[in-house]
Amino acid sequence: MKRPIRVLVAKPGLDGHDRGAKVIARAFKDAGMEVIYTGLRQTPEQIVEAAIQEDVDVIALSILSGAHNTLFPKIMNLLKCRGAEDIMVIAGGIIPDEDIPFLKSVGIKEIFTPGTPTSKAVEYVIENVKV
Amino acid sequence: MKDEDYIGKIKEESSKWLYQCVDKVKEKYPERKEKFMTSSGIEIKNIYTPDNIADLNYLNDLGFPGQYPFTRGVQPTMYRGRFWTMRQYAGFGTAEESNARYKYLLSQGQTGLSIAFDLPTQIGYDSDHPMAEGEVGKVGVAVDSLLDMEVLFEGIPLDKVSTSMTINAPAAVLLAMYIVVAEKQGVYLDKLEGTIQNDILKEYIARGTYIFPIEPSLRLTTDIFKYCSEYIPKWNTISISGYHIREAGATAVQEIAFTLANGIEYVNAALKAGLNIDDFAPRLSFFFSAHSDLLEEVAKFRAARRMWARIMKERFNAKNLKSMMLRFHTQTGGSTLTAQQPDNNIVRVALQALAAVLGGTQSLHTNSRDEALALPSEDSVKIALRTQQIIAYESGVCDTPDPLAGSYYVEYLTDQIEDKALQYIKKIDELGGAACAISNGFIQKEIQDSAYRYQKEIEKGERIIVGLNKFKSEEKYHGNLLKVDPQVGEMQKEKLRKLKTQRDNEEVKRRLSELKEAACGQENLMPKIIDAVRVYATLGEICDVLRSVFGEYRENIIL
Repeated sequence: MKRPIRVLVAKPGLDGHDRGAKVIARAFKDAGMEVIYTGLRQTPEQIVEAAIQEDVDVIALSILSGAHNTLFPKIMNLLKCRGAEDIMVIAGGIIPDEDIPFLKSVGIKEIFTPGTPTSKAVEYVIENVKV
Repeated sequence: MKDEDYIGKIKEESSKWLYQCVDKVKEKYPERKEKFMTSSGIEIKNIYTPDNIADLNYLNDLGFPGQYPFTRGVQPTMYRGRFWTMRQYAGFGTAEESNARYKYLLSQGQTGLSIAFDLPTQIGYDSDHPMAEGEVGKVGVAVDSLLDMEVLFEGIPLDKVSTSMTINAPAAVLLAMYIVVAEKQGVYLDKLEGTIQNDILKEYIARGTYIFPIEPSLRLTTDIFKYCSEYIPKWNTISISGYHIREAGATAVQEIAFTLANGIEYVNAALKAGLNIDDFAPRLSFFFSAHSDLLEEVAKFRAARRMWARIMKERFNAKNLKSMMLRFHTQTGGSTLTAQQPDNNIVRVALQALAAVLGGTQSLHTNSRDEALALPSEDSVKIALRTQQIIAYESGVCDTPDPLAGSYYVEYLTDQIEDKALQYIKKIDELGGAACAISNGFIQKEIQDSAYRYQKEIEKGERIIVGLNKFKSEEKYHGNLLKVDPQVGEMQKEKLRKLKTQRDNEEVKRRLSELKEAACGQENLMPKIIDAVRVYATLGEICDVLRSVFGEYRENIIL
């Protein structure tokens, strides 16, 4: 039997809007995944540390503060430094279309913008994570 | 007796009507849904008649505008006297840019200012703090010291505008800065009008910009109540906010239940600190959200007013009528906006704004169509403001107070919402009050459950959002989106560096250590914070002093 997918739902940045993070965490859980939620205001270092400690397959970042262009590359860089590039990173939140190519170029696999059904993110994870 | 006969007759006739007419039609043409529900889960009947509000006692439960229990509004003439304050929340980038936006809004007929601070400011970090990286000036204006505050209000006479500041954990510091700017403009403090949000409890519940643990935070809150009651009598010392609770996913009932429960906690904290109810309660104000379920929203506002009046009178023994008035600001629901077909948001906002006006709001912010995508552009803000002006000047709904009163349905909904919200308040009382119900995660869990249910309803197609899960079309938004200058962070850092070479650093040190001493004791911290601000101690320095004494709040994570 396959083991369940492990997901870290993380909130980088200073914004406190965790409705999306909590809703998606619950949707992952309902889909049978093991979910860890970091809580608010996590630094890139804290997120990468948690991901490695918890041995997750996926990091799902949620951000609405507008600091994604600064924080996401940092997270990707730290993952590389720690030899953890195999962890898939996806993101959601208020992220303008024009920022998406840059974020994908630093290694974010997929970006889910406002209005995305949770089922779409769940399917994406199931299809793209090999456990 | 005559009334009972009359109600009895109506009851009889309505069952006849249901049986003879409705059921017959339903056989041939079924209704759209099995069950009709409001967003709060109140089932909606086929029809409402005097029978549904037979228990309503006009004089006790509704009364007259400006009179207890204020169900029909807090002023006797309502909008026949003057319209609500049109107050658009704004701020981004540097103090200079925001100052220009405020002047633009005032020139367009806006009647009050509403300041949005960036997240580092809201969490008590200077722009050069490592946590502030990438966040400076993004969701509001960056304010590090009095210097920025002076620029922010340059050319805006503080005795001529009322200013609302969305600031919570460090509210005392920003209020202190405002006070010093007023002094420098030569404005007497008793002329200052405005509001600080200063509602820390909902930060723990929903908004997330907390710094200190609950107890010292409540001390800061009550210190502000006390200071303002003595020196700035026209200042609203708190804006007890349901808005963010609603945005986090709460229903209309939960919004007012949790907000009033927080209100009760603040009143208890102030009483415990030795304040007299009628000294501070008249300056408590509220802040609610307006969503698109128009009639439920109107009922919500009316229910909230009646509930607060009774809580203040019956539970807290307030004597001054002003202590019993629930005065509130409204913002249309940000979470109802869609990134898809953003122009549709103009219509949503219009409906929601109408709900706020029919509900008797004292001030209103209308969201801009592009806010699911970015901070609003100037063009979009203008449409949002015009929406309010059209309701005010063209719709006619402002010409008599509380025009929906007496509608069988609206009165029934008002009663239902009140009942359900009172049940929540009772439950929270049993848990030991709002602070306890937050610490143990009860309130957060209730909201999360509602948020998840709402999302599931959308995904199952049980709840239709036009353009999102029905009537979809592939189209790109062609309006301009606001871009914050990425250099803001560097500019603020440079300003800070310069400030620290130009101010009297010895004096700053002295004021900060006095503040620390005061924080360790019991005295009111406002005067010490004002002293520190005046010599250009930074927001981060002041908050660090308080952090060192109070510690920091740790979130109780509940999934």
